[in-house]
Amino acid sequence: MTGVTPIEVAQAREPRAAHPNREVVFQVRDLAALYGTSPAVRGVTFDIYRNMVTAIIGPSGCGKSTFIRCLNRMNDLVPGARVEGEILHHGQNLYGDGIDPVQVRRWIGMVFQRPNPFPKSIYDNVAWGLKVHGLKDDLDGRVERALQSAALWDEVKDRLRGNALGLSGGQQQRLCIARAIAVEPEVILMDEPASALDPIATTRIEDLMHELKNQYTIVIVTHNMQQAARVADMTAFFSLEVDPDGQRTGVLIEYDETPKIFTQPSDKRTEDYVTGRFG
Amino acid sequence: MPTATSRLYAVGGDRRLRRRKLVNRLMEIAAMTSALLAVAILAIVVISVLQHGIGALSLDFFTRSPQPFGVAGGGLANAFVGSLMLVAVATAMALPVGVGVAIFVTEFASRRVAGPIRLALDVLNGLPSIVLGIFLFTLVVAAHGQSGLAASTALAIVMLPLVARSTQEVLLLAPASLREAGLALGAARWRTIIGIILPTSLGGILTGTTLAVARAAGETAPLLFTSSLLASNDISANPRHPLFSVPLAIFELSESPEPADHAKAWAASFVLISFILVTSLAARAALGRSRRKLGRVG
Repeated sequence: MTGVTPIEVAQAREPRAAHPNREVVFQVRDLAALYGTSPAVRGVTFDIYRNMVTAIIGPSGCGKSTFIRCLNRMNDLVPGARVEGEILHHGQNLYGDGIDPVQVRRWIGMVFQRPNPFPKSIYDNVAWGLKVHGLKDDLDGRVERALQSAALWDEVKDRLRGNALGLSGGQQQRLCIARAIAVEPEVILMDEPASALDPIATTRIEDLMHELKNQYTIVIVTHNMQQAARVADMTAFFSLEVDPDGQRTGVLIEYDETPKIFTQPSDKRTEDYVTGRFG
Repeated sequence: MPTATSRLYAVGGDRRLRRRKLVNRLMEIAAMTSALLAVAILAIVVISVLQHGIGALSLDFFTRSPQPFGVAGGGLANAFVGSLMLVAVATAMALPVGVGVAIFVTEFASRRVAGPIRLALDVLNGLPSIVLGIFLFTLVVAAHGQSGLAASTALAIVMLPLVARSTQEVLLLAPASLREAGLALGAARWRTIIGIILPTSLGGILTGTTLAVARAAGETAPLLFTSSLLASNDISANPRHPLFSVPLAIFELSESPEPADHAKAWAASFVLISFILVTSLAARAALGRSRRKLGRVG
C-alpha cells in the first residue's frame, strides 16, 4: 500500500452506477466499520439516490446491517465500534467534527428487524417523537397523517388509546414506520423490516415502500433476494472476503440498477449469489 | 434365563441404588422441613402478636393520642402519623437519588465506574442501622437537636441502596430494542431514558420502593438518636420537631410497668407487621404487572 493515499483508493472505487438525473443523498467513500480492530466491512464506496429504494443484499455476516447502521450512526452505541472513511449526507460528513449523532438520526430514521413499539398507546407511539422535536402544533393531525402514510390508520383509528403491544406483528411494524415518518425525516433506513413477519404482512410493507419512496429516500437491508427485486430501484450486493489470516470482512461487490443486478450482473460472485449457487 | 433387559432393571437387587434413593429422599425431606420452618416462624409471630394485641385494637387506638401515665384509654395516633411522615419524607429523599444512581450505573457509567458504585451500594445496604443513627446524631442532632428530618435522613440512607439496586435490576431488564427505537427517532439519551425506559420500568421501581418503605417503617435504631426525645403526645406531622413513631412506641410501651401498655405494644406490632405484609404483597403485584408488560415487548 506504499504511496497510495486513501483518496486515491476512494477514486479508484468510484461508484459504478451513476444516475446523472438523480440527486445524491449519501456519498459513501471508502467506508470501513470496525469492531475493536477487526473490520466488519471495508472499502465501501457508492452513492445513494434520492426518492429511490436502495437494497443492500448479501450472505449472512457480510456486514449489511453494520453498514446500514453507519448511515445514521446507530453503531455509535456499540462499545468498541469505529468507522473509517466518509459518509457524506448532502456533502456533510456524518462522522465529521462537531456532528451530533442525535441530530443525524433526526433526519435519518430507522425501522428495525423486530417491531419495537414503545409500551405505550398507539397514539403516544407516534406522538412521542413529535413531542421530542417540538412538532406540537396540530399533534392529532400529524399523528393521523403519519398513520395514514403507513397504511395503518383505518385499522387503528378507533383504538388510538389502546396499547401498541396489542397489535399484530405486521401492524406493529407499520406503527414503527409511522413513528419514523411522523417526524418528517429525509431518509428511512430499514434493517430487514419484514424478516419477522408473515407473507401477507410482508407484502403490505413492500407495497408501503413503493408509496413512501415518493416522499422519502429508503435504504433497506434484506436477506430476501425476491424482496430486493420487488421493491428496490438500486441494489448493492455485499459479500465476504477471507484474507490469508482467515479474517472475514464484508465488501461491496457490485452496485447497479436492480434489474441489471438480477439479470446481467457484471461480477461472477453476484451472479453466483443471485442464481442461488452461493449463500 | 434372564434377558439383557431384565438384568438392567433387576427389581430391588441393587443395594447401592437403594442407598442412593434413600439419600435422595432424606435430602428432599430436609429441604422441605427448612422451607416449612421459615413459613411456620412467620405464622407463629403473626399469630402470637395478634393474640396479645387484639384486645387493644380499637378505633381509639388509631385516632387518639396517649394518655398521661396511669390514665386508662388513649391510643397511638401520634405514633402512626409520625411514622407515616418520617417514612414519607425519607421516601421523598431516597427515591429520586436511588433512581438517579441506578440510571447512572446502568445507562451512563463505564464498567470500571459501575462496579465500585454497585459495591458501595451493597456495603451501604449491609451497614447496621444503628451506625446510621449515630452518624446522623453527630452530624445533625448534636448541633441542631432532634428532629423528624434527621430521622428521615437516616431512614433515607437505609432505603437508598434498596431503591437503587432494584431500579438497576429493572433498567437492565428493559430491552435494548426500546433504547434503539428512542435513539433512532433522534431523541437524546436522557430523553429516551426518561420518556421510554423509566415508564416501562415503573412497576419494578415501585416494587423496590415499596420494599424499602416496608423496611424503613420498621427501623428502630436510626430513630433512637434522632427522633425519640421530647416527641409530643399531640398529633403532629411537622418534621422539624421530633416525631413519635410506631417502632419507638413499641419499644417504650413494652418497658412500661402498666399491663395495658403491653397490650398496646402488641397491637402496634400487629399494625406494623400488617403494614409490611400489605406493602410487600403490593410490591409483588406491581412487579408481576411490569414483568408481563415487558415480556410482551419481546
